[in-house]
Amino acid sequence: MNRRTFLQTTAATAVAAAAGLPARAADPLKVGFIYVGPIGDMGWSYQHDQARQAIAKEFGDKIVTTYVENVPEGPDAERALTQLALEGNQLIFATSFGFMDATVNVAKKFPKVKFEHATGYKRADNLATYDARFYEGRAIQGTIAGRMTKSNKIGYIGSFPIPEVVQGINSAYIHAKKVNPDVEIKVVWAYTWFDPAKEADAAAALIAEGCDVIMQHTDSTAPQAKAQEAGNVITFGQASDMAAFAPMPRVTSTIDNWEPYYKKRVAAMLDGSWTSESTWGGIGTGMVKIGEISSAVPAEVKAEVEALEAKIASGEYHPFTGPLNKQDGSAWLAAGATPDDGTLAGMNFFVEGIKAELPK
Amino acid sequence: MIRLVKRPVPSKAWSWATPLIAVLATMIAGGILFAALGKNPVEAIRVIFWDPLFGPNAGYFRGQLLVKAAPLILIASGLAVGFRAGIWNIGAEGQYIIGAICGAALALAVYPTESAWLFPAMVILGALGGFLWGLIPALLKVIFGTNEILVSLMLVYVAQNLLAYMAFGPLKNPEGYGFPGSRNLQQYASAHNPELIMGTGAHWGVVAALIAVIGAYILMHRHIAGFRIRVAGEAPRAARFAGVVPARLVVFCLGLSGALAGLAGLFEVSGPSGQITDSFNAGYGFTAIIVAFLGRLHPIGILLAGLLMALTYIGGDMAQLMLSLPSAAIQVFQGMLLFFLLGFDLLTNYRVRIGRARA
Repeated sequence: MNRRTFLQTTAATAVAAAAGLPARAADPLKVGFIYVGPIGDMGWSYQHDQARQAIAKEFGDKIVTTYVENVPEGPDAERALTQLALEGNQLIFATSFGFMDATVNVAKKFPKVKFEHATGYKRADNLATYDARFYEGRAIQGTIAGRMTKSNKIGYIGSFPIPEVVQGINSAYIHAKKVNPDVEIKVVWAYTWFDPAKEADAAAALIAEGCDVIMQHTDSTAPQAKAQEAGNVITFGQASDMAAFAPMPRVTSTIDNWEPYYKKRVAAMLDGSWTSESTWGGIGTGMVKIGEISSAVPAEVKAEVEALEAKIASGEYHPFTGPLNKQDGSAWLAAGATPDDGTLAGMNFFVEGIKAELPK
Repeated sequence: MIRLVKRPVPSKAWSWATPLIAVLATMIAGGILFAALGKNPVEAIRVIFWDPLFGPNAGYFRGQLLVKAAPLILIASGLAVGFRAGIWNIGAEGQYIIGAICGAALALAVYPTESAWLFPAMVILGALGGFLWGLIPALLKVIFGTNEILVSLMLVYVAQNLLAYMAFGPLKNPEGYGFPGSRNLQQYASAHNPELIMGTGAHWGVVAALIAVIGAYILMHRHIAGFRIRVAGEAPRAARFAGVVPARLVVFCLGLSGALAGLAGLFEVSGPSGQITDSFNAGYGFTAIIVAFLGRLHPIGILLAGLLMALTYIGGDMAQLMLSLPSAAIQVFQGMLLFFLLGFDLLTNYRVRIGRARA
């Protein structure tokens, strides 16, 4: 084929080649994915791959999907993305925050290819961003934690002190406190998204300090296993359902459900209506799903959180509703006020009442 | 009965043949692995070894080969000098990180001042950072007799935590909406280590890697210092009689390998990577140890080994993409390479005798 010899030189010709390759009607749409972890991490990358498989099934022979897993952030990601674009993928999902600048660079080189970057904030005409409102799930978890804790100590395994994680800690604390004014929250920073050994250590330390609820913003099931050993500690599935640990310690879960979004975007590619936009979906759009609430949760608590879930889904209730103060006591939201998405996306402070210190 | 008989002198022929045999054995064993996974083994090997060099789009991948190989070669060249002398720097990963932090910190501190002096100053700071980080295990060894393997390795974890601290703290992009990671140096002209000729992948790190190979060759094979280093590794007592000061040698080897690793980190952070992030280090410092041994601790060998290693990475990614091989299988494949190399190394020092042992 001509196109092969064409591609033999440099990124500059690659651009030309990509531009010269409009999909013929009969050609299936090629959709590529890069994952930061292994698809078997049972958490973040696993959920993205589940969604990939779902769209592959949904669209049948209209699309072909490929993926590269375990891609380190940085130049390797840039190469993997370029590889996907050179292979003729027309829609490429970069599914980790750390892929941001690499995606921006590659998107510049391949203006005809559409890119989608998860959890980032840089967009271009052919680069859209998408993220989920995980803090909505934390509101459910916080309520259950506040109701069920006996020691009034909630342990939280944080991954990195970035806005997404800070939102989760704040949301969990606000809702636990609402139903149980004596509750306190202890935070351990694991500085990793996925490291079973570190996560297990963090869980063990929190349990030793008397926490009987463990929340995690890391992806492995190691904290679940530690809680199971301890016996009377409850946990929540993170990213995936982690149903293997139900009914105890895992009492419910926050599931990242990328399927509806991926379906929508692929459909938009197929009918030519794809545009670059920033999507931040929550329980309402199905991007955040609450896993089955197990039998370990008392019936009245279950009813309470189901009502809360419905109110969040309908938009009637925002998990960050004033009056709320910042940790240092300064006012943040007036009674009844809710923050705009820009403020939330850059959240870099704890709310009043949390004693843990946020690393700067 | 198979017996091993020690050779009086290590075989020269075998020492050059074993890497080739190891590569072949890896291809065969890897082929079996890929076949067991239900893939066509010949196709898989072709995708990994052939396509990045001569397949479609090879123009892009050949450049990427240089990008991937340059830090490996640069670091391995330094490590090999120490390994020859029996001084084991396992902490190049840490020196790589510190070099990157030092150089990038200067650029970020003076941002957005444009100056022709900035990049050279960053290069010097990068080398200096790696040098000083390498000096820690050296001085501890010289003064307190600590084991440099352990100390240099442990310092990797210290460096990693320092990196995370920098990415979330002092070096964080003030315009990054609170997200971790520094400004991108690719967008800062004076600090950027760009592709020197568009499309070739060649940046200053590639140039430095080539200079390091030539420099190491002259040092080790054309200079009295290299002779002393080699003697020190092969016959420490003899070296002492010949006037080699062990302490000076330790400082020299760890300092040199540290400086080169620091340089590699600096070229990476100012070029292909662009940013200080908590996951900036991609394991080059550890992989370079494999490269050093795969290249027989010889500068030219290291050059070839670095390119080969880079090829398995790039080809491995391609195999994932085109044949949907799991990345774990690719990692097993890379592991096999080292395993076979060390395994066949036996033949350099031993003869295999088949038959009954005679008294």
